[in-house]
Amino acid sequence: MTPLIRVGEADFDAGTEISRVMALSDEIGGVANFIGVMRNTNDGRQVQGMQLEHYPAMTEKSLRSIADQAAQRWPLLATTIIHRVGYFQPGDQIVLVVTAANHRGPAFAACEFLMDFLKTRAPFWKKEVTADGEFWVDARESDNEAVQRW
Amino acid sequence: MIRVLFFAKLREALGCAELEWGLDRETTALEVRSAILEEYPHWREALSSPNVIVALNHEVVALDAQVAPGDELAFYPPVTGG
Repeated sequence: MTPLIRVGEADFDAGTEISRVMALSDEIGGVANFIGVMRNTNDGRQVQGMQLEHYPAMTEKSLRSIADQAAQRWPLLATTIIHRVGYFQPGDQIVLVVTAANHRGPAFAACEFLMDFLKTRAPFWKKEVTADGEFWVDARESDNEAVQRW
Repeated sequence: MIRVLFFAKLREALGCAELEWGLDRETTALEVRSAILEEYPHWREALSSPNVIVALNHEVVALDAQVAPGDELAFYPPVTGG
């Protein structure tokens, strides 16, 4: 099972990616997914836009390592991680995670694990554009707490 | 030589995205940082912050990691993707 990992500016269609995963194997009994979307507010600020930067040579490797860790913990039949970069506006899709397994337990758990890990490990950084200026988003304590529970 | 990269808020604080740094023998990431700070002492507060993450050849490492000529070292703030 080779995870599909994609980093780039292009938008994605979750339905297309889920259909692709489902077509991979008749053993798949459960498919879970998560979509991260840009909000129009953060920390009380109205956000007009967001620049999402990354470390190009490292991001795919980092996401692949996270996907491999999930595959070691759960019997996954397929994994897809698509993370966009570039300039975003509220409502834009940012990230897609799809997991598939024989049963729903591993698919659900791995999906959450992958999100918790990519939010705390993968080299991406967000900078918000607001009416009052541009602000780098701070890493959240809640994200660090979330990843500890695995 | 090694390539040293800085990202995001740290890049803005230093005013530098990338350095080619002379290295002719193996040494630790800590020693590379110290040498960079000798050349750029005004970077001390930003670059020495305990929150700064160090990556060597695209993997997160501790400051005692061995760095060799030809390697790529990166310093960056806590990540905020997803």
